[in-house]
Amino acid sequence: MVDVRSRSPAGPQDRGAERESNVQMLPILDVKNVTKRFAFNNETVTALAEANLRIEKGEFVCLIGPSGCGKSTLLRMVAGFETASEGELLMWAKPVQGPGPDRGMVFQDYGLFPWLTVAKNIGFGPAARGRPTKEVRETQKRFVEMVGLTRFADAFPHQLSGGMKQRVAIARVLANDAEVVLMDEPFGALDAMTRERLQAELLEIWERQKLTVLFVTHAIEEAIILADRVVVMSPGPGRIVADERIDIPRPRDPTSPEFNALRRRLSSLLAGHH
Amino acid sequence: MTQQPALRGPLLAAAFPLLALVAWHFTTSGRAYSLIPPPYEVGLELWDLAFGGIYDDAFSETLVTHALASMSRAYGGFGLAALVALPLGMLIGRIEIIRAMLDPTLQLLRPVPVTAWLPLAMIVFGLGPRSAFFLVFLGAFYPILINTIFGVRSVEPRLFEAAAMLGVSPSATFAKVVLPASLPSIFTGLRLGLGLSWVVIVVGEMTGVQTGLGAIIMEARQLSRTDIVICGMAVIGVLGFASDKLIMLIGQWLLRWSPQHG
Repeated sequence: MVDVRSRSPAGPQDRGAERESNVQMLPILDVKNVTKRFAFNNETVTALAEANLRIEKGEFVCLIGPSGCGKSTLLRMVAGFETASEGELLMWAKPVQGPGPDRGMVFQDYGLFPWLTVAKNIGFGPAARGRPTKEVRETQKRFVEMVGLTRFADAFPHQLSGGMKQRVAIARVLANDAEVVLMDEPFGALDAMTRERLQAELLEIWERQKLTVLFVTHAIEEAIILADRVVVMSPGPGRIVADERIDIPRPRDPTSPEFNALRRRLSSLLAGHH
Repeated sequence: MTQQPALRGPLLAAAFPLLALVAWHFTTSGRAYSLIPPPYEVGLELWDLAFGGIYDDAFSETLVTHALASMSRAYGGFGLAALVALPLGMLIGRIEIIRAMLDPTLQLLRPVPVTAWLPLAMIVFGLGPRSAFFLVFLGAFYPILINTIFGVRSVEPRLFEAAAMLGVSPSATFAKVVLPASLPSIFTGLRLGLGLSWVVIVVGEMTGVQTGLGAIIMEARQLSRTDIVICGMAVIGVLGFASDKLIMLIGQWLLRWSPQHG
């Protein structure tokens, strides 16, 4: 900062702007030239080729594309479940090394612990990380309330509907202070009504908790309803083909002309006419 | 039609044994040379076996001693089998090198029936309760081992990912994920093992053991006391049933989270 000021003859306001933009320069997630190759039946398959993606803190980014485009692979590398064959993945400029509580993952198949109640599933992370029992219990209560499952706090996962299970899965990463929430087609297995409700709830939580969300989906409409940015990917080998900013104010009306224009544009990008 | 639904089950369940009892009574009662004594004679003998005061022979008031002897051997052998098979199964299931070392041998020994071990056990441990104890151990060992291995190996991979991203260290994963996830399978093994212990103890007690339910029915057979043979069988059945019910109740409570059990 001092260097910038001494070199630049700009006034106080400009300096402020420059400082702000400098702070924003450091992205929460930085995917740099990442390539992922798998060995498959004596052949090497490139799942993702030279992907570059910068995500600012607080952004809601959707990754969209057909199966085989590498969107889930990219997400799983950010989560630390898989390593990049080439390139690097940085969180706050530090390389991602394995899974960690700063990057919470929400799976399509929930991944809840069936032997724990709703409350204990939500308190699992803090308890596993050795937080004091009293604090864990308070965290459980707060996040059970946040996702509206107070009546089901003592229920086991097999007694819940799909929508409720996914609420638990979201609450358990938030209760664990996840800064980035990674979501792998989280609403793909839910019925349309539940999906819409959960989308609205997710947006509300995202706004209130100032989360950063990286959300994988194959549904164009879902991406437009949720995202600040839609990253379009295509298969064979998987790569990023477009990065669209969505400026429609929320809540977004899927029947509005702007929404439809975007839907058409993303459709054609997905179909490869770009 | 006016019966209470709560009584329907027990009544239906009781109908068949009652019919069998009646049939038993009419086929055996009043015949001088019947091989099988009629039910009321068996009932009297059971009372005498338990409390005495009717025949006052060598068998009177011995039931509790025999039952306790059998139970202590069955539960003791079962407990020892669980103590060895549970940790061994977890090691074989989770650690590749131990599996490679031990699994083939254990699989090779598994088809040898417990009863085929009896002569060898008698040679090594001598005639007596120690052979019976060893047989129970062996009988319970394999079901517990096999199901523990299966349980710890078939944990859903997703749960490891979920635990890792929530901050569970690799060293804590076993206690936090593997153990609870494999509990249904481990429990199945324990239940099978306990059932088998009860079967095997009776066989084990039939040769050269002084006390125990297996011993008393073999001895009674030699003395042609068919009433005592039947009493012994009935007590074995009731105790085995009660022991299975007990472990089921424990399991239902422990596994109340599991849709297959709770």
